[in-house]
Amino acid sequence: MTDVAIKKEPRGAVLITAERCKGCGFCVEFCPTKVLSMSDEYNSKGYHFPKVAVPESCSGCDLCGMYCPDFAIFGIRLKKSA
Amino acid sequence: MSERNIIEEYLRMDRIPHIWCPGCGLGTTVNCFIRALQQTKLPLDNISIVSGIGCTGRVAGYLKLNSFHTTHGRAIPFAIGLQLTNPKLKVVVYSGDGDLVSIGGNHFIQAARRNMDLAIICVNNFTYGMTGGQVAPTTPVDAVATTTPYGNFEEPFNLPHLADSVGAVYVARWTTYHVMQLTRAMKEVIQKKGFSFLEIISPCPTLYGRRNKIGDGLEMMKFYKENSEIRNGANTKDVAIGFKGPIICGKFVDKERPTFLENMNQKLSERIPNYKPYNGLV
Ligand SMILES: Cc1ncc(C[n+]2csc(CCOP(=O)(O)OP(=O)(O)O)c2C)c(N)n1
Ligand code: SF4
Ligand code: SF4
Ligand code: SF4
Ligand SMILES: [Mg+2]
Repeated sequence: MTDVAIKKEPRGAVLITAERCKGCGFCVEFCPTKVLSMSDEYNSKGYHFPKVAVPESCSGCDLCGMYCPDFAIFGIRLKKSA
Repeated sequence: MSERNIIEEYLRMDRIPHIWCPGCGLGTTVNCFIRALQQTKLPLDNISIVSGIGCTGRVAGYLKLNSFHTTHGRAIPFAIGLQLTNPKLKVVVYSGDGDLVSIGGNHFIQAARRNMDLAIICVNNFTYGMTGGQVAPTTPVDAVATTTPYGNFEEPFNLPHLADSVGAVYVARWTTYHVMQLTRAMKEVIQKKGFSFLEIISPCPTLYGRRNKIGDGLEMMKFYKENSEIRNGANTKDVAIGFKGPIICGKFVDKERPTFLENMNQKLSERIPNYKPYNGLV
């Protein structure tokens, strides 16, 4: 066994429609692996929206998609590349 | 990436963005409902969704189903007519606490008593959201509403106990924090035969949370997380919600009882020679 760090492939990805977001923060708070954080940017309605801070931690579980009251974010599972 | 959120297939996307406030829990309940519908694998033509008036009443209009937006308090009588005309339809009533148990309270208790085959999803935000945050029959004692500036002094309904005591065959309560359990409960109310009742505690930050210093939508969700207690099978007498008090969640009732139509056909076939059981007009 070597102790070389193996860069893990992310198991999932998260997609954000920033224009639809109303900045409630549910997705950031309830993502189990803390993938998201609130962006400093605003959308055209003046809301801060989430950004993907730690992409490699995303499992694609879609809990963010279940919580988001504005249908502005969702997660998908990624197929393992061979 | 060209991935599309699968829930968009169930929404009238031309109406999105919706009118609900930032941090309102209604959209979260819709997410759970769509996933529950997918899990039931019911053909969408066999399902109908009926709402009354209110912020919650908007749900029917956003879902791309056989949707009906009825008058205030009359979602249940409309749904009864629809269901008895075509008993093969699964009719879901999705409406607010004010709509279902204030102006619509009599319809609610009579439909439960008669065991009408309806799934009732009641979003309880403890207030009349749409009209500006007036006191409702669900507002906890001491909570401030526009019409109770010194705090509410009326005893509210304990909705699971109300539904249980008038004969509902399924009674459950979850909050919008409990998305997985809520989805499962929605699937169960859709699949259950007879008067099935699901109460969802959901944030109205604009008119209830802020005024009562619970905070915005996120703070209200965290409040649910910290103050909910899961007690499946609890006696519904014990699940009343006090002001900023604990929220008992779970499935409280799941029993069998003949429906209105089953009772009618049974009785009439005993009494009327050659009675042909009624099974709908379509
Ligand atoms: C016959 C009638 N009376 C009163 C109203 C005004 N009204 C509209 S919505 C509503 C209450 C809605 O409360 P609830 O059902 O709890 O829905 P929410 O907005 O909180 O989701 C009232 C009183 C109306 N539209 N029609
Ligand atoms: S899909 Fe799951 S892990 Fe990924 S961001 Fe959303 S909640 Fe977090
Ligand atoms: S849950 Fe939805 S609306 Fe709320 S911050 Fe996240 S993306 Fe925006
Ligand atoms: S008023 Fe309350 S219930 Fe209505 S959309 Fe706003 S937060 Fe939601
Ligand atoms: Mg209400």
